[in-house]
Amino acid sequence: MNVIEVDSLTKTFGEITAVAGISFSVNQGEIFGFLGPNGAGKSTTISMLSTLLAPTSGRASVAGFDVATQRDAVRKNIGLVFQDPSLDDRLTAEENLRFHARLYQVPRDEYRRRMEEVLHLVDLWDRKDGLIRTFSGGMKRRLEIARGLIHYPKVLFLDEPTLGLDPQTRAHLWEYVLRLKQERGMTIFMTTHYMNEAEYCDRIAVIDRGKIVALDTPANLKASLGGDVIRMQSQTPDALKAELESRYGKDVKMEDGSVYFEVDNGGAFLPALLKDLETSVDGVELRKPTLEDVFLRITGHAIRSEDSSGKEWARSLMRAGRGRRG
Amino acid sequence: MGFLSAVAVITHREVLRYMRDRIRIATSFFQPIMFLLIFGGGLRNVMASRDFPVDYMQFIFPGIIALNVMGVAIFSSLSTVWDREFGFLKEILAAPVPRSAIALGKASGAAIIASAQAFLLLLLAPLVGIRFGFVQVLELSVFMVLLAFAVSGLGLVIASRMKSMESFGIVMQVLVFPMFYLSGSFFPLTDVPLWMTVVSRIDPLTYGVDAFRSILLGDDMSPAIAGAMIAHPLYINALCLLGISCVLLAAAVRGFRRY
Repeated sequence: MNVIEVDSLTKTFGEITAVAGISFSVNQGEIFGFLGPNGAGKSTTISMLSTLLAPTSGRASVAGFDVATQRDAVRKNIGLVFQDPSLDDRLTAEENLRFHARLYQVPRDEYRRRMEEVLHLVDLWDRKDGLIRTFSGGMKRRLEIARGLIHYPKVLFLDEPTLGLDPQTRAHLWEYVLRLKQERGMTIFMTTHYMNEAEYCDRIAVIDRGKIVALDTPANLKASLGGDVIRMQSQTPDALKAELESRYGKDVKMEDGSVYFEVDNGGAFLPALLKDLETSVDGVELRKPTLEDVFLRITGHAIRSEDSSGKEWARSLMRAGRGRRG
Repeated sequence: MGFLSAVAVITHREVLRYMRDRIRIATSFFQPIMFLLIFGGGLRNVMASRDFPVDYMQFIFPGIIALNVMGVAIFSSLSTVWDREFGFLKEILAAPVPRSAIALGKASGAAIIASAQAFLLLLLAPLVGIRFGFVQVLELSVFMVLLAFAVSGLGLVIASRMKSMESFGIVMQVLVFPMFYLSGSFFPLTDVPLWMTVVSRIDPLTYGVDAFRSILLGDDMSPAIAGAMIAHPLYINALCLLGISCVLLAAAVRGFRRY
């Protein structure tokens, strides 16, 4: 059964189309990732699926309920961890959980047990009476996850869940998420622009400028690139690119002064390449394709590229969104 | 059941937050006491020498109570904008809770806080020579709650449309201060220009001040003085406040329903 069904979902803010008619479905118990740069439409999609933003057109259902017409039913069945903290900083951790549990009508006699359970899960049991304003960013994020779980949602939405967290906390958090999937069969819908995080997902939708440009398992996405990726650095990257293209007929991409291309068998290709090349090369790297390469290949620009027009576009989108979304 | 418990949760949170904020509690007494001491102290003798029929300190005391109720209620309701900026509003709006419960919970929280604080201020009444009994306390609390609901309704209507706390100053300047000055706190509204009478009729604070004055001072006035100082019987004040509250809270619910 599909827990999330999305059909031609669209959101426009005035002139700007933030989400351009996307369609996909998510299976029960799946970790489904939305991968894309800032401003690609990830948060807007989460806002629509979680009923916080009305779609301009198209339809979506979560846990069998329509996000536009059955909002309260959707709300009951989902947990949300927002990109920006949304805790009450003048209350304690336990009070934040208690208010949440009451808003979601968790039975009172159940609450105590679940509160202990989720606080142990995120390692905050001994800080339960601490005021939120004394918490670090990582602790707040963990508490938000605990809060998003206490009403036992069918689907957990995580919007950039590890943004701004240190690597250790990030690793911890992934442990929890994977455990939730295994032990509870919970469906998890997450957005990220970290490539290595996307690897945890069962399936990934690559989203760029409001459109889904690829959707598959991480392994299949990488396999679609063929064999290996070779990255080379040179003082004269343009000349290097030209030589590679004319000599081997490769599809060469440039990024930050390095050039990239794909080959079927990098180990065998590399020695011959270095012997034949006329342009001087400063460094060479041979590796298996990453999702970063996939993204670069599909969209033609890197996910965190500084100079791409995508960034300008993202900025104007954020401005427009801020004005109208409210 | 779900509706009332949601209202209770949001009310509870408002009250808890308020109690944690000691600076806010302390500073919200500052303005009313300042008005009482400066205006009351400054004008008391002048007014007495011009045959003003009531001790001026006593005259403005009900207005000071109303000012306190309004200040707390408007601040609590406008703090919704704060919640929006700092994210907590999202948590509430994403919850399976009717939007009307959110507005009503906010208003109830403001009403409880405002009344509690106004009662503390009431402890100063004996210092200006005002005495009151148990019946008056009951009557006062009814009007404090009504006034707080009306003012928070107004605050929530504004908050549901206000994007950032930057506009807070403007709201105070163009809405809250004029509401206070036109409410009859400093002078009786029985002998003022027509425009002022008209404007003061749509100011919820007018009915609160009038009710507080009639409850606290009415018994000691002769009928002639009361006729010049008190505009409406209590039940009219109550009905007007109730009407204004309903209209404003309904508008606030509409404002939140967009999310």
